[in-house]
Amino acid sequence: MKLDYAALFNALRPEAHLALGALLVLGFDIFWARHRPANRHHVALALGLLALGLAAWKAVTPGGAGPVHGGMLMIDTLTVATRAGVIGLAALALCLLPSPSRLRHPAEFVAILLFATTGFTLMAAANQLLIVFLAVELASLSLYVLAGFDKTCPESAEAALKYFLFGGMSAAFLLFGFSLLYGLTGSLDLGGIATQLAAQGPSPLLLVALGMVLVAFGFKAAAAPFHLWAPDVYQGAPSPAAALIASASKLAGLVVFTRLLWPGLGSTVGAIAHLPITVGWAPVVALVAGASLLVGNIGALAQSNVRRLLAYSAIAHAGALLLGVIAAGRVGPAPLFYYASTYGLATVGAFGVLSVLEATGPAQKLIDVAGLHQRSPLLAGCLAIFVLSLAGIPPLAGFFGKFAVFAAVLRLGGLAGPVGWLAILAIALSAVALYYYLLILKQALVARPAAEAAPVRVPLPAALALLISAALLVLLGVFPSWILGLF
Amino acid sequence: MNALPCTIYVAFTGALLALVAGARSAQAARVVALLTALTVWGLTLYAASGFVPAAALQDLINIPWIPELGIRYHLAADGISLTLLVLTGLAATTGVLFSWNIGERVGEFFALYLALIGGVCGVFLSADAFALFVFYEIAIVPKYFLIANWGSTNREYGAMKLVLYSFAGSALVLAGVLWAYAAADGAGFGLAQLAEAATRFTHVQQLGMFALVFTGFAVLAGMFPFHTWAPTGHVAAPTAASMLLAGVVMKLGAYGCLRVAMPLFPVGFAFFQPAIAWLAIAGILYAGFVALVQEDFKFVIGYSSVSHMGFVLLGLAAANATAAGGAVLQMFSHGVIAGLLFAVVGRMVYERTHTRQLADLRAMPLHRLIPFAAVVFVLAGLASMGLPGFSGFPAELTILVGTWQTRPLWALAAAGGVLVAAAFTLRAIQVSFFGKVERVEVNAHHLPPITWPEKAGALLLLGATIYIGLCPDALLDWIRPALRSPLFHALFTGGAS
Repeated sequence: MKLDYAALFNALRPEAHLALGALLVLGFDIFWARHRPANRHHVALALGLLALGLAAWKAVTPGGAGPVHGGMLMIDTLTVATRAGVIGLAALALCLLPSPSRLRHPAEFVAILLFATTGFTLMAAANQLLIVFLAVELASLSLYVLAGFDKTCPESAEAALKYFLFGGMSAAFLLFGFSLLYGLTGSLDLGGIATQLAAQGPSPLLLVALGMVLVAFGFKAAAAPFHLWAPDVYQGAPSPAAALIASASKLAGLVVFTRLLWPGLGSTVGAIAHLPITVGWAPVVALVAGASLLVGNIGALAQSNVRRLLAYSAIAHAGALLLGVIAAGRVGPAPLFYYASTYGLATVGAFGVLSVLEATGPAQKLIDVAGLHQRSPLLAGCLAIFVLSLAGIPPLAGFFGKFAVFAAVLRLGGLAGPVGWLAILAIALSAVALYYYLLILKQALVARPAAEAAPVRVPLPAALALLISAALLVLLGVFPSWILGLF
Repeated sequence: MNALPCTIYVAFTGALLALVAGARSAQAARVVALLTALTVWGLTLYAASGFVPAAALQDLINIPWIPELGIRYHLAADGISLTLLVLTGLAATTGVLFSWNIGERVGEFFALYLALIGGVCGVFLSADAFALFVFYEIAIVPKYFLIANWGSTNREYGAMKLVLYSFAGSALVLAGVLWAYAAADGAGFGLAQLAEAATRFTHVQQLGMFALVFTGFAVLAGMFPFHTWAPTGHVAAPTAASMLLAGVVMKLGAYGCLRVAMPLFPVGFAFFQPAIAWLAIAGILYAGFVALVQEDFKFVIGYSSVSHMGFVLLGLAAANATAAGGAVLQMFSHGVIAGLLFAVVGRMVYERTHTRQLADLRAMPLHRLIPFAAVVFVLAGLASMGLPGFSGFPAELTILVGTWQTRPLWALAAAGGVLVAAAFTLRAIQVSFFGKVERVEVNAHHLPPITWPEKAGALLLLGATIYIGLCPDALLDWIRPALRSPLFHALFTGGAS
């Protein structure tokens, strides 16, 4: 194997910029900003955005395509799009940085957020089991810390602990699954695994390995029945952290998952588009998707806490996204990427609205957003766009995401097999979902504010982030080809 | 004709402008809304003046939209679309006039109202299933906020029920359309393309897709037994929203049945035809009898809407050009008459007396207090009963004649509905406006006089129903050629069993 370190460095420029940016933020804080408390937040925010901007620039100008460094990394359209997507979502989440009273160490927060983003961009490019594991763990460890960052609030610590315990467990599953795969095929990179598996055919050990990997990714994607951490984490984590966990982390996770399953394990997919079903990973993914759709949509009906409601909605969306993973083999990753990235935009926006509200009072219960249209028309309007996009109402992007994924899934075999039935189930459940999304909007746009509720002042970075997300949701919804045309 | 797509853009632009204007002054928002609605109506009339009836959809715009999925932004119109667009313009304009007195969050009210109009125009113009679905859903969601914010009795419940029913219906439509797209192996979403591909579908596929798409649209058309959202929704809605709901939104459902479900899946339609006809008859009779015993004035009108929409569905189910033409005429006629009835009940009576209980209204000498409202309601009631001289007469007569050609028993059963309609309308007129007043205390009820926007709106609608009643050919001349298009050909010759 001929190794080309120049090409490796070239391929890792976005990660290098992010890591250097994180160090710069920390260094600047220690030597300069710490002594100027008034500007500490702004400096950390500006440097963080600068690093993300440079990384995004490097990500969209990859200067080469194809496998890098003996197949460790893969630079293709999906990599470029995913890197740009996760960096953009991270930048939006960064703009929601809590106020100085709630966040005493802004530089650490920004630096860890940048490390998490490094993990995401690496996930987007990873094409070898060790890199996959490394990237996933870099992102996860950063997210555990971010989830527990609000030291003033016990729920934040609870969220971090739960997230860490579940996440640690899933990392063990992932590593065990990977080690079995390596043992079976003697290869770490996905191409080698694919060749070996195609030659070997299925074996019981392979099924165990697949099971382990799927369990691990079920945890990461918050898919039922591995979803139990999600409501507590969404509820307790600081808003930017929750936004990042719900958006960029999910996008990167699904991309790495798709890459692992299709180019890597594609020969063991099994058949579920027609009856009878044959054994492979697709029936399991379909089962997890169906369970997530049911658990997420039905669980959300009972929630009185906005953040928990968003968590259950995330579980439901994970189900639909997993259907997109199954369809990616036939129609490519474009519908999945479109769905995951626009879902991320809407979730970041929804958490953004909550984070702005947090500065003026509690923002947990549904009634905490009551009368938002009087307290801040901007927030209320943006929230309406985000929530309606999550509900899948045209012309917002959330609608087209679902439409494209379901169309792709139905093209696999129509209604001749379980995967088609799942698409119909998902369409039917979207009517259920509209109910709980409208519950949020009923409070925000119809109900009157509580007597003591004051008008909300929206900080500039948050206002920009919200407006950009809302505008993107509308534009991408009307012109989906801007994304679909990339692939 | 080429002006028609502008109705969509004008309505959406007007919605934004109303929102902006509403932030400064309520009156500005009202004026913007009125001007927008008038422009939309004017555009449809302008298009109608140059309209040459043809036996096909006439392309207005056809450009690639999402080439990856074969979706095109394809707008086209024929006599059926044009009829319903003229109705939309009329209903929009009068709806603005009847909501002149809305005083709270005026800008937002009219923004949602105009967005709804834009969606409705889009549905009537779409010749691509994807575009049609997008506009259809744009027309659904604003209703929730219109009703929940500005409605009356039990508004949040009524709004949620209405929107969930509509959305569940649209989910069925989506499932059916996507299934057809997949079965056609991703050929695209153009209605013509899908219809062509559907000829190759298996029997089971045709049946399944037709059942999904037709049921989905029929929910919005208020087909029995999926009609229960309509009365509660109408009662909860503010006047203008009730008018639009009964006047145009329920027509979206019937239009979807006629434009999408039936021509695409003629085999499925032939199979379900008797069931649809009997459900339509059941709706006509059941809703009529229920309207007969309602104590809330608006519920009477709400159930009468369901009953009249039953005639539309029956006309479609009869599957011949006469009955289908009558059904489209009935859509127009009911849109105008229901709008008028809701305007009288919701705006002229309820907002003055603050009650809609027939028992309370009986004690008020309304015919002396608001004579204008009484006259309008009597005329609208006569039109609703289907008396000659009003648009309801030619519409229901054509439907019954056409149905007789297919199956005389259906026509006989439905004709009973006309009698029931007469009974509940006369009861409503008699009890509400001409109640027996023991001691006339005119001064005890001081009601504000009828304002000019109300008079203008009522006269416009009355004029429309009388004009079409006297010369229904004005619309039938547009509708009949459209029904001769090749798309409907298989339906109307092979469909009748």
